[in-house]
Amino acid sequence: MSSARNRELTALVPVALLLTAGFAAVFAQEGSRLGNLSVIYGAYFFAVCLVTHIYLRIRLPDADPYLFPLVALLTAFGLVMVYRIDESLARDQANWFVLGLVLFALTIQFLRDYEILERYRYTIAAIGLLILLAPRLPGIGQQVNGAYLGVKIGPLQFQPAEFSKIAIVIFLASYLRENREVLIVGARRVLGVTLPPLKHFGPMLVVWGASMFMLVFIRDLGSSLMFFAAFLALLYVATGRFSFVVIGMAMFTVGAWFFATTVPHVHQRVEIWLHPYHDPLNSGYQILQSIFAQADGGLFGKGFGQGLITIPGTHRALLPAAQTDTIYSLIVNELGLFGACAVILIYLLIAARGFKIALLASDGFSKLLATGLTAVFAIQAFVIIGGVTRVIPLTGVTLPFISYGGSSIVANFVLLALLLLVSDRARREAAEPGGRALALGSA
Amino acid sequence: MNRQIIKLFGFIVVLFAILVAFTSYWSVFDAKNLKAQKANKRPLYEQQQIPRGRILAADGTVIAKSVAEGRGTGKRYVRHYPMGALFGHPIGYSFEEEGQSEFEKFHNAELTGEESEFGSILDQLTGQKQEGEQIVTNLDPKAQEVAMSELEAAGHGAVVAIEPNTGAIKVMASNPGYNPNSIPLPHKLAKLNTDEVNAPLVNRATFARYPPGSTFKVVTAAAGLESGVITPETTINAPGSIIDEGHELANDGNQDWGDISLDTALTNSVNTWFGQLGQKLGQDRLFTMMEKFGFNAKPPIDLSEEELFESGVYDYETGKMLTRRDPVDLARVAIGQERLLATPLQIAMVAAAVANHGKLMKPQIWNRVVNTDGSVTKRQEPEVYSEPVSTKTAAELTTAMEGVVSEGTGTNAAISGVPVAGKTGTAEVPGNKACGGGEEENQAWFMGFVPADNPKIAIAASVECTEQFGNDVAAPIFRDVAEAILNGE
Repeated sequence: MSSARNRELTALVPVALLLTAGFAAVFAQEGSRLGNLSVIYGAYFFAVCLVTHIYLRIRLPDADPYLFPLVALLTAFGLVMVYRIDESLARDQANWFVLGLVLFALTIQFLRDYEILERYRYTIAAIGLLILLAPRLPGIGQQVNGAYLGVKIGPLQFQPAEFSKIAIVIFLASYLRENREVLIVGARRVLGVTLPPLKHFGPMLVVWGASMFMLVFIRDLGSSLMFFAAFLALLYVATGRFSFVVIGMAMFTVGAWFFATTVPHVHQRVEIWLHPYHDPLNSGYQILQSIFAQADGGLFGKGFGQGLITIPGTHRALLPAAQTDTIYSLIVNELGLFGACAVILIYLLIAARGFKIALLASDGFSKLLATGLTAVFAIQAFVIIGGVTRVIPLTGVTLPFISYGGSSIVANFVLLALLLLVSDRARREAAEPGGRALALGSA
Repeated sequence: MNRQIIKLFGFIVVLFAILVAFTSYWSVFDAKNLKAQKANKRPLYEQQQIPRGRILAADGTVIAKSVAEGRGTGKRYVRHYPMGALFGHPIGYSFEEEGQSEFEKFHNAELTGEESEFGSILDQLTGQKQEGEQIVTNLDPKAQEVAMSELEAAGHGAVVAIEPNTGAIKVMASNPGYNPNSIPLPHKLAKLNTDEVNAPLVNRATFARYPPGSTFKVVTAAAGLESGVITPETTINAPGSIIDEGHELANDGNQDWGDISLDTALTNSVNTWFGQLGQKLGQDRLFTMMEKFGFNAKPPIDLSEEELFESGVYDYETGKMLTRRDPVDLARVAIGQERLLATPLQIAMVAAAVANHGKLMKPQIWNRVVNTDGSVTKRQEPEVYSEPVSTKTAAELTTAMEGVVSEGTGTNAAISGVPVAGKTGTAEVPGNKACGGGEEENQAWFMGFVPADNPKIAIAASVECTEQFGNDVAAPIFRDVAEAILNGE
């Protein structure tokens, strides 16, 4: 029964060793305190992972065995990277890692029967949308680089979009589970294009449109791209209609064109993306430095701790936002193309495990929930990596589990908890003789 | 829904593949182009973090070293030149904003330790920090000092001293010089850059366009002997003046020398004799010999290419070098006038080739590259550039050149107890703007080697904008630098 957990434990050991080695490498670079500090950090990390593992052993014995070690690997990687950039930031990051695991455990504790989410889907959607508004509220809102991404209430500071994405996915999964039949059957062909029935499509359009509006309102382009992609992914999986995706894309193109020409902030981002050399010292600085840092990495990179983040002899940034937006560029710089491919591979493996859960899940809500969570996670990684590699305009979303940032870590651990909840049930039902058939019958 | 989920995963795989493709493009395929971008200061900053290797003189004197500034990740290395202006030329400078010049530029790869890509990858894997290698040069600080101070007393000009059998450059002095330590100071750099009259940043030894005057007669004589057009015994009638291409070509004081052979002609620098020899030789033979001595090509020396001038005959209007098929006034070329321009390095190469029994060695400033742990990783092996004349011709030229110093126009170059072979040169440059346009201005030269019977050093000294002759102003510099080198051995 717990062979899954045994595999998980076996996978966690090399992760902890890797973290130890990573810290050792950073210390060796700094040349000062090699000692046994890296081993102590490695031991702490392993202890925290072990506690989480034991908790999973008790609560979700059948859940996917690879997801947690893969996420732990990214977190370890992120911790070493952030430590190498700034020790004090790494301390925050380590605290958030622990806080994230607490929320992870609480989610598993209280949402064991996660269908309960379906009952509150409109409430969840409303909360998800309202917290997106918070950054523009006077007093608690914060503006960074022309975008309103953060909320600050006393000492507590967070980015609502990170949590909002989970809320929206829950809503979409639930709504589509209920209405997917109608959306398929009720589709009409108009002028040769298959359109979904407006009556059933309406509420979803409203929620989606509202989230888009909010995101443009708070100018969080990266999140809006992420939300939109997750929406299309779920719509496609639920209905199997590729034409809906095409319509969505067309709507997006019109919308994007509209915003790019009317909203200066969006227009500027697109301009920088297309013509970074136009103003290399100001607007184009971040993306150009991001690319230059990668060019300097080559195949093998310069080695952990070897890359330049500030201009030597000054405190001016050579790679702006190295701990958040451009952390991937720093990875390419220090670990080279091979290191970067390894990181992308980890994200791909997480996506593969996530979709596997969706495949195994027996009921529609579980399937769509797992699909949506996995898709939004993978697309988040794509949006930021694509941003710093000039595949798409650069927008400020975090690289999940690696970038410095509490909201991102905590929210993504909640996302992971939900995935494991779905996984545990799906795998148990699949393993129980007859259970599978029963579940299928009820769906 | 499973089919759609699998397709969705396929789509995600495609997206991630795009990320890998773009990352590969930036980090590997387009990396070279990106590193060369003007907006990209990263390679510069990184080079600063590498301690650049030292540059040493032959006796171990430190000419250039890197000094650490700041600490931690802000630590960077700044170039410092303890000898100040003494080796401003030919060592040049290396700074973050201003870049590199001359020797520092040519040997950048060794000095930064970027010699081989393989080496640096290996270093990365073994965690070895990149460090520059140091270079020991052939330069002789004492002789350089003599050359510099005498040039400063004599006027603008340059001195080059080459060890004939190895090509080792022992002295390369250019006056006015500059102190490389002042390059990073904006107000001083601006002054250095805008001073067009003194042009202190120009290495006159390798970049000056001087008419070589009578020193070139050695090349003409070499062509004559080597081609068999003359032997040391051949006499040519040398009247006080000849008419060449409609212009008068006269001897000093219009002296009529009658029928004389090479020794007398060279000893007394008889223009009409060499003018006629040039005409007898024809352009083809003369140009062939010039090219063998290194004319019409970038000198094969280890200095950055853009600071090297190709000696040769030039069309002043277009700035183009003339070939053997272009019409030139051959008699005047044969005596080092016409539109012939040469660097002191080129004239020193002529002297060195004759001194080395007809073999011209590649002139080189560096001697060896020394690893950070003190072991020699690379050594300069003497290399033959060309063989302009036979041993026999070289010996005949040497005899004639000895006459110049013992009884001819270059007596001021004599060193007691040591036979000296040499040749004076006094090219008239009336109305030269660089000299203030005076009618009596000369380009004064002396080139030669010592000891004549067993040459240790070949030297060319040139002083611009002087009213004096080669024997008065250039020969003493030659003599003192030669003595400094001989005494140093």
